Amino acid sequence: MSGGANVPVAEQAGNPRAGEHGALSCGKPLSFSRETRAELDRLLTRYPTKQAALLPALWLAQREWGWISREAVDHVASLLDLSSAFVWGVVTFYTMYNRAPVGKHLIQVCTSISCHLNGAEEVFHECKKRLGGLETGETSKDGKYTVIEVECLAQCDKAPAVMVNDDDYAVITKDNLDAFLKGLG
Amino acid sequence: MSGLDTIPPVLLARLGKADPRALDGYVADGGYASWKKVLAGAKTGEWTPAKLTDMVKASGLRGRGGAGFPCGLKWTFVPAKDKRGDKPVYLLCNADESEPGTFKDRLLIEQDPHQILEGMMLASFALEVKHAYVYIRGEMVHGAEILNAAVAEAHAKGFLGTDILGSGVDLTITIHRGAGAYICGEETALIESLEGKRGHPRIKPPFPAVSGVWGSPTVVNNVETLCCVKHIVDRGADWFKGVGRNEKNTGPKLYAVSGHVEKPGVYEAPIGIPWEQLLAMAGGVRGGRKLKAVIPGGSSAPILTAAEIAGIPMDFDGIAAAKSMFGSAAIIVMDETTDIPKAVTNIAKFYAHESCGQCTPCREGTPWLLKMLRRIVNGEGKKTDLDLLLQISNQMGNGMTICVFADAAIAPVISGITKFRGEFEAYIEKSKNKTFDQEAPGDLTNAIANRQAAGIHS
Ligand SMILES: Cc1cc2nc3c(=O)[nH]c(=O)nc-3n(C[C@H](O)[C@H](O)[C@H](O)COP(=O)(O)O)c2cc1C
Ligand code: SF4
Ligand code: FES
Repeated sequence: MSGGANVPVAEQAGNPRAGEHGALSCGKPLSFSRETRAELDRLLTRYPTKQAALLPALWLAQREWGWISREAVDHVASLLDLSSAFVWGVVTFYTMYNRAPVGKHLIQVCTSISCHLNGAEEVFHECKKRLGGLETGETSKDGKYTVIEVECLAQCDKAPAVMVNDDDYAVITKDNLDAFLKGLG
Repeated sequence: MSGLDTIPPVLLARLGKADPRALDGYVADGGYASWKKVLAGAKTGEWTPAKLTDMVKASGLRGRGGAGFPCGLKWTFVPAKDKRGDKPVYLLCNADESEPGTFKDRLLIEQDPHQILEGMMLASFALEVKHAYVYIRGEMVHGAEILNAAVAEAHAKGFLGTDILGSGVDLTITIHRGAGAYICGEETALIESLEGKRGHPRIKPPFPAVSGVWGSPTVVNNVETLCCVKHIVDRGADWFKGVGRNEKNTGPKLYAVSGHVEKPGVYEAPIGIPWEQLLAMAGGVRGGRKLKAVIPGGSSAPILTAAEIAGIPMDFDGIAAAKSMFGSAAIIVMDETTDIPKAVTNIAKFYAHESCGQCTPCREGTPWLLKMLRRIVNGEGKKTDLDLLLQISNQMGNGMTICVFADAAIAPVISGITKFRGEFEAYIEKSKNKTFDQEAPGDLTNAIANRQAAGIHS
């Protein structure tokens, strides 16, 4: 299935998960800020069904809270008249909804074919190593970095391609990796 | 004059402009002239949806998203007004661009968004669409921002909205972001995703043109296809038809060249230029090395050896004749240093990760292929593995599944093993674990057989 690139380490290790539908709990009920709620209302006018606003609503939730917790699922579900289980099923299908908190810099290294041909796997491993030996999907102790492997970013001419949060980075090699990481701050 | 003569860029004409995303600059370069012309003609009856559709049909434009289906013909599959009742027609611009090796649509989105919007406007006129959507892959965060800004500007300047420029035509465009799933580029998965669901491809028929998003007639077109529509209305069907190798392969084309070339990038040329010409545009093979193999249409296309691609016209039929696929025109070049078993394993990883999981052969088969290939490149392969890989592949493809993803997944495996068998065997020869007791892949074979016996074909 598609979901998987950023399955939290806790989940991968089979740790007990909170929440009846499998989502991790953030420990408190959540609801959108007034501004976000207004944004969702505007979005709802763009579609003939409420359900169609689910992916956009999950994006709003991730922007507001950084990741999709059980409580975020419940809130989005109630706003769109969907069941929480259904919403969770959608969340887990897509790789970009974080199912656990991630570091300040979510480093996404492409290892698909054109990047592979340009040494992407080595960049990916080196990146984790130089950040203190992180596991894939693990966040550094200072909360700054999470490194994951992603599939083709449609930047194959800039291989090896990397994304950090929403930004694209071109030609990240073993040699410029240190400067790249330092530049992130 | 030949259709393959070099022409000034068409789709990429506005690249490198000071502010290529601004509407004013677009208009100054002749943008939205076709939209204005068609809207004015709509009032006088000079322009009708049928006329625009006929023009696109006459141009010979084939879809740029992968399948190469004739664009105008697809549009005619939408039922006529009296047959579709009150149902609105939707146009979905496919900007999911996730096929490994493909990066042409990103350039159009980031560098010339109004070109895409004008193409969508004209297609919407032809299809009588009042609300069109762009489904853009989640990773292109800035691309979505650029498109949203362009839509807002087009609204502000009166090119979108109700009764556009007094023509009586209404049109809204909404930008919709995906969230990371290759399969959502498949048109019915895209539709499911837009509806707010997991991106599971639908069984066809019904085809989207009859029943697509929200049960309405729906046309899905690629970003580049829609840009071509704009230029066809600008310059005429005959002009478009005059560019390219022959009647079946017409128009300017974007080629995304990556891998082991000196200058990876997007190159525009008349569709059907010979392979050598395209390679030269990309600066030739990196470091003066020898060419080993090419994947000519994104990771789903069978690998061609250097000998096989020599002299091949780079278009739908030229590459089909070489028994591969033009697909998204993503050209992945591999030089003589390439380890083919590792490259094939890498591609298998992609498909194992991206299967949507609906069909048994695909869901179970893609990880199986990956596991076996990894075993081989890790030096634990067995002699029988290669035939087994081919056998499993054959059980996964050929219409056994809901969508053609499974066929895409096996193409690199089958072509890689068939054409570079020696390289796989060399790994197996060196295998340190000759007595390795292989897990029987019987699970998969049996699972598929049982389901077939039960009459389930997915
Ligand atoms: C697995 C799979 C992935 C696809 N991904 C894309 C894609 O990212 N972009 C695209 O335009 N078409 C993609 N397609 C093709 C679409 O299903 C569809 O044919 C295309 O968008 C139609 O547009 P066109 O006729 O303008 O080419 C994909 C097809 C399959 C089977
Ligand atoms: S072939 Fe694979 S991707 Fe396509 S519907 Fe079946 S399981 Fe999903
Ligand atoms: S293969 Fe890495 S960006 Fe396309």
